[in-house]
This record gives sequence, C-alpha cells and structure tokens, in this order.
Amino acid sequence: MMSTIPLAAYLILTAIMFFAGVYGFLSRRNMLTILMSLELMLNAADINFVVFNKYLYPGQLDGAFFALFAIGVSAAETAIAIAIIINIYRNIKNIYVDEVSKMKY
Amino acid sequence: MMSYTLIIVVLPLLMFLFLGLLGSKMKPVVAGIIGTIGMSAVTLLSWFTAATYFFSVGKVGETFQAIVPINFEWLRFTDKLHIDLGILLDPISVMMLVVITTVSLMVHIYSFGYMKGERGFQRYYALLSLFSFSMLGLVVATNIFQMYIFWELVGVSSYSLIGFYYTKPSAVAASKKAFIVTRFADLFFLIGILLLSFYSGTFSFDALTAPTGSILGKTITDTFMGWSVISWAMMLIFIGGAGKSAMLPFHIWLPDAMEGPTPVSALIHAATMVVAGVFLVARMFPVYYFGAPEVLTIISYIGAATALFAAIVACTQTDIKRVLAFSTISQIAYMITALGVSGYGGHEGLGYMASMFHLFTHAFFKALLFLGAGAVIHAVHSNEMDSMGGLRKYLPITHITFLIACLSISGIPPFSGFFSKDEILVAAFDQNKFVFASLYISAGLTAFYMFRLYYRIFWGNSNKVYKHTPHESPVSMSIPLIFLATLTLVVGMIPFSEFISSDKTVFHTHIEWSIASMSILVGVVGIVLATVMYRKENSLPDKIATTFKVLYTSAYHKFYFDEVWMFVTQKVIFNGISKPIAWFDRHVVDGFMNLQSTATNYVSRKIKFVQSGEIQDYAWAFIMGTVVIISLLIFI
Repeated sequence: MMSTIPLAAYLILTAIMFFAGVYGFLSRRNMLTILMSLELMLNAADINFVVFNKYLYPGQLDGAFFALFAIGVSAAETAIAIAIIINIYRNIKNIYVDEVSKMKY
Repeated sequence: MMSYTLIIVVLPLLMFLFLGLLGSKMKPVVAGIIGTIGMSAVTLLSWFTAATYFFSVGKVGETFQAIVPINFEWLRFTDKLHIDLGILLDPISVMMLVVITTVSLMVHIYSFGYMKGERGFQRYYALLSLFSFSMLGLVVATNIFQMYIFWELVGVSSYSLIGFYYTKPSAVAASKKAFIVTRFADLFFLIGILLLSFYSGTFSFDALTAPTGSILGKTITDTFMGWSVISWAMMLIFIGGAGKSAMLPFHIWLPDAMEGPTPVSALIHAATMVVAGVFLVARMFPVYYFGAPEVLTIISYIGAATALFAAIVACTQTDIKRVLAFSTISQIAYMITALGVSGYGGHEGLGYMASMFHLFTHAFFKALLFLGAGAVIHAVHSNEMDSMGGLRKYLPITHITFLIACLSISGIPPFSGFFSKDEILVAAFDQNKFVFASLYISAGLTAFYMFRLYYRIFWGNSNKVYKHTPHESPVSMSIPLIFLATLTLVVGMIPFSEFISSDKTVFHTHIEWSIASMSILVGVVGIVLATVMYRKENSLPDKIATTFKVLYTSAYHKFYFDEVWMFVTQKVIFNGISKPIAWFDRHVVDGFMNLQSTATNYVSRKIKFVQSGEIQDYAWAFIMGTVVIISLLIFI
C-alpha cells in the first residue's frame, strides 16, 4: 500500500515543509515562531531520511535510526532554546528577535 | 704562579655584592667596617704582589717579564678572534694595583668621618667596592676588550657615585653629564678596538704590543684619508682615553663631577679613574710608537694644550674642589704629554717612565689634596673660598698635610711631585720645545693656583668670624691625611726607572739639574706671586683681574667650552640632525603606519553595516549564498 505512493510525492512534501520553515525563519519576529520554523525544517529533513531509507535501502534501518536520533537532539535543542527565550523575555519583556541587540556593539 | 692575585680583583666584587644586597640590613658602621676590612686585605695583597713581582719573580736579568697567572676564554668569535678574561701582571699594572688599593683604602677609612650620618652610607661603601673592583679589573686586563668591559664598569660606578646625593638636581645633572660625555668618547674607543682587532686579528695586549707581534711585525698597507688604518684605530682609541682622562675637548664633565662626595672625587676623579686614559696609552705604547707615531705627536700637543688651558682656568675658579678638578686635568695632561713625547727603549723612553712616575706620585698628593679639601669642607660646610680664611689655626693637621701636597704639586724638592715633574720636563725638553714651553708655563701656573688655594683657605682673612667654630676633623679623617702626606714625602725617592720603562728593561736616570733648577725657579716664582697676592687680603688680585678683564672673564667661564658644547649639541646637532630625523620618523615612518591603520579603520567603518547583528539577515545571506553555490554547481 505504501509503495503506491511515489518517492517524488514525499520529496515534494518535504520540500514544501522545508521552505515553509525557511520562510518562517526569515520573516517572523517572534522567537517562538522562529523556533517552530526551525523544527519544521528539521522534521522535513527527518522525513527525507526515513523516505530515502525506505526506498533506496529497504533492508536497512540506518536512516530510521538517524531520524530518531535527530528527533532526540532537536527535543533537547528546543528545551535549551525555550530556556533562552524565557531568559530574554525576563530581561527585555518581549521576545522579538530584532529587539535583542544588546550584544551587537 | 701568583694566581692569588685573582683575590685582589674578586674580593671587592664580593664585597660589593654583599654590601649591596645585605647592606641595608646592617648598621651603617658595620657595613663600613666590613668594606674597609675587605679593602685592607686587598691592599695588603697588592703590596705583597708588588714586592714579589718587582723583587723576585718579575725580574729576569735586566728585564721585567709579563706574568699571566690566569687567563680563560670567555667569548669566541672566530678561530683567531676571541675575548679572554684574565690577569696580566707587568710593571705598570702592578704599580696601578698598589696605587688603586692604597688610595681606595685611604678613602674607605676617611669616609667613616666624612660620610658619617649620611643617608645611604651602606650604598656608598658598596659602590666604592664596585668601583675598586672595576678599576682593578681594568688595570690587570690581559686584552683590550676586557679593558673595555671594565672601562665601562668604571664609568657606571663613577656615574652612581657622582650622583650619590641623588636628591640634589645638580648632582643628578653632573652624573648624567659625566656618563654621557665619557660614553660618547667610549664609542670611538669601541670603534678603535674593533678596527684594530680586525686588522691585527687579536685583542691580546701580549700579541699587540710585542715589537715583533702580529700587528707591528706585518705591514698593514690599508690607508684611509692619508693615514694608515692602524693610526686611525689608535687615534680612536686615544679619543676614548681622552674622554675618561678629561683631555680637551672632553674635559667638561670633570669639574661638574665634583658634585659627588669629596672622598669619591679623591678616589675616582683624582687618583684612579681619570688616569685610565693615561694607562691605556701606556699599555698600548709600543703600538703607538711603532704603528702610529703621528698619533703620538697629536697626543703630545693635545696634552700640552690641555695642561696649559686647565692651569689657566684653575687660577680663576673660586670653588676649591673645582680648582682641584682643573688641577687634576692639568696634571693628567702632563702624563699624557709625557707619553706623547716619549721614545721607546732605554733612556729614549724617559717620557714613558716619567708619565708613570707622575701618575704614581700624583695619585697620592692629589688624593691628599682632595681629602684635605674634604676636611676643610667638613669644617666650614662650604666649597667657596670666600667663606674660608685663616683656617690654619683651627685645622693644624689638615693645614700641614695640605701644605705638603701643595709643595709637592708645585714641584718643590724634596717632595715627590718635583721628581716626577722634572722627568716629564726633561723628556719634553729633549723632544719638542713647544710642548716643553707649554708645560713649563703650566708648572708655574700650577704653583700659583695651588698656593692661591692654600692661602685663601688657610691664611687670607685671618680674622674671619665663623658661625660655628671650625674644628679639626675626626681621627678617621686625619689618619689618611697623615699617611698620604708621608707617602708624598717619600715616594719621590723611588728610583722609578729601575722598575718601569717603555720596553720593561731597567735603565738609570739622574736628575738633570739644568732643567730641574728651571722648574724649581718657575715653581718658586708662582709661589711668591701667590704669596704676594693672597697671603694677606688685599686689592691686588682684583686689580689684576680688571687689567686682564677679557682673559680673566673667559678663564672664569672655563673658556666657554661648556657653552660651545651646548651650542654644538643643542643648536647644531639637535636642530640640524636630530630634528630632521625626528621629523622623518614622525611623518614618514610613523606616517606610513598611521596611514595603514587609518585606511583599515575607514574601510571597516564603511562595511560594518554588513554585520547587522540580526540573525535573520545572516540566515538570509547564508541561504542566498547556498542557493548561488548550488546553482553554480548545477548549471556550470
């Protein structure tokens, strides 16, 4: 049943996800939104791993493992990012990325 | 053989380190006693060395041989050229050992009284030890480079002793002046050494001065501006000696150096360091005589001119230490002149012997004069003649010893100065009548200004009222005076030519009464003149000063040598050379560097908007960059 879905369809989906993430990353001011966009890009990559594993090397599980691993890493990363965002909020009372310019000079 | 002489040199160094490092932890008097005991040991050892050398080991037949007890390689440049450190004993170095240690010991003892209660008493004794070490190292040097090393050390210790009262601006200025002037002359000395060793391939005195040695045996044909390179080298070396020995025109530092404590002046600026130039020429004498006779002639003229010049200036000075300083310059010029007119070997080398003889006697009577002047200054707390007079009643010992020294320097028999000065005059008379005339006039002037000094201190206004009654100096100051006075009385009797001669072979001299009587005559005339003018206070000196106003004023201002030097350095060198160089440095060298930094600064300010600090800008640039690179990879 799964094999009826062509590879290209997955790749189109992930491309859309990835560029949605890129767009969000570049255009949003809110740091949480930026973080979400980042997750979107990561997930697009994860899906690619699994899909390529499934279609190109069906007997192996390396891609799937890697995807799981990346999910774990991104979870940790998100936790840190949120901690940073909370700290920034405590300092400047908002979480707009262009307001965080204290370290610039 | 005689390797114990190493102790003579090393012990003062150890004393210096000991007193310099630990002196501040001791009571002043303890430091002084330790220094003096060390110096006494060195003195005894020097006398012992001299006795051993002159009477047993040194003499082989009729010739004194040079003994090198210790010599080790210190620095090697090439196969042939290396710097050694060692000890060379020959007649002149052994004689210098005796002079230096004896005067130094006297100064050590004297300073107990003179420097009592001064701040930095321990430092003073440490520096005296340093000076003694450097001077002893200088005279026993086996090669010219070792001599140069100690030569500079002597300069440094002289610098720190002149500036001993470092809270006094004039002392600081004087110490700087002494150091810079002598250092300037030493630059020529160093160039001369390098030139000489380049052509001769050795530093060693042994090889340089042997008549058949490396430099004199082979003909050096290279010339520069009409002179052979050896003449140039020897001339440059002499300039170094002239700087230390205060010859014209480098004499300007010595009168100012009197800012130092008086015993220091006695030790360094009368007896030992300032004769280093004479010693240098004496040490290199065969090279001068065989390699550069024209330089020797120049030396004799410089010496004669300096002797006369300094004697004239000394007649007009009113600071007693400055009178003595000019007297020292004049007497050292005598020694230099004697070397300049000397021949080589036997009776021809009379000038050489006379020079060393005068060095020997002068060291004692000039140290005595300085120490006597120190006792006077100690009593009246002033250097100026005007605040003295009639002191013979208050300072009997100082008076008698000072008189002995004055008679000696004036060349009155049987005091030691007569014998040595007579030999110099004989040597000059035989060689060069012009030089002789200059020395002869200086001899008369010497007698005049010394007795002017004597009368104005001890006679003159006898009813002068002092705020504090002057008192005779403590026993620690009297003993050196008496000891040196005794030496002044007896050392003239030493048959010096039996010990020291230009070719180290003994010869016999006798007093030539024709010249001796002339020199006694001129000395007596000088003394009588001084007696008439200064015995009792009268208006005669003022009248004479007004009559010869121009001469008097210019002599009083030391013939404006300081002003000329100031003009040359401040106006000519500073404006003509230093300022353009400074301008070049500031505007071209610095300017180039500044241009670079300004340009960098400007560019960075212009492009810093790229670094906005906004993460999204960076991400945007990153993505666009990636897109560009990928499209390049795909489409090209």
